[in-house]
Amino acid sequence: MNKELYIENFAHIRDNKLYLNGKVLFTDASEEFSGFIKAAYKSQDTKYPKFFKMDNLSKLAFLTADVLLNTFPSEENIENTAIILSNRASSLDTDRKHQQSIKDEENYYPSPAVFVYTLPNICIGEISIKHKLYSENSFFIFEHFNAVHLFNYASSLLNSGKADKVLCGWADYDDDKYDAFLYLVGPNGNIKHNKEEITRLYKL
Amino acid sequence: MSELKQELKEKIIEQLNLEDVSVEEIADNDALFGDGLGLDSIDALELIVMLDKDYGIKLSDPKEGRKIFESVEVMANYIAENRTK
Repeated sequence: MNKELYIENFAHIRDNKLYLNGKVLFTDASEEFSGFIKAAYKSQDTKYPKFFKMDNLSKLAFLTADVLLNTFPSEENIENTAIILSNRASSLDTDRKHQQSIKDEENYYPSPAVFVYTLPNICIGEISIKHKLYSENSFFIFEHFNAVHLFNYASSLLNSGKADKVLCGWADYDDDKYDAFLYLVGPNGNIKHNKEEITRLYKL
Repeated sequence: MSELKQELKEKIIEQLNLEDVSVEEIADNDALFGDGLGLDSIDALELIVMLDKDYGIKLSDPKEGRKIFESVEVMANYIAENRTK
């Protein structure tokens, strides 16, 4: 029998604002993503110097997830929280930076620190390392936000007992355009976990 | 030599994105890895690229980096002796 599942908390980063459960936690007038995300990170008092080494997609996904996972009740075990993320642009923004560094044979100096981010699922690794998650994870590429796929996968993981909770959502970054919406699915909460609610919260 | 050490500290901070570290906080003999600046293996590879790109020094064996990147002092001495640009 399937369990009753709920969207326990959700977070967005878009339009120079960081939201938790629909409420603005931080806003800033920076014209570029780099300035905004750095200010947003500092506003949350997250002491994690590796943040500054991440590429833009990882910074976006990491900070959205961090705000969300910090709501995790201390008495609950976070370790078996699975992660299912998705986006449209994959890691294309960083892929282009890497390509720029290797296109000239006379000036061929690829950066290892850039190269390690030329996969979209690296951002899941960053989240997992910070929060010590030893759980199932997947990253999917879709043309548009796909509530049906996220709902089916999260439900399957939770109903089969492979995860206690699932961090799901969308984190897309390309060419200074960004959009992140992550939500935590589990057995507690007031918002039912279904496709309609996922779509509604995404569009908030 | 002191100019080179200053230059290295600035490059390390900028290229390794050490946002919360200032040049003044890095002593010449501070350990760059481990308990010192806490650099990691990707940082070590980035420093190898920096040696090649900025000073014309190619390290064929990444293990050589362990000794060379011990501190800014050791790095500066190695660069002064081996640089080709």
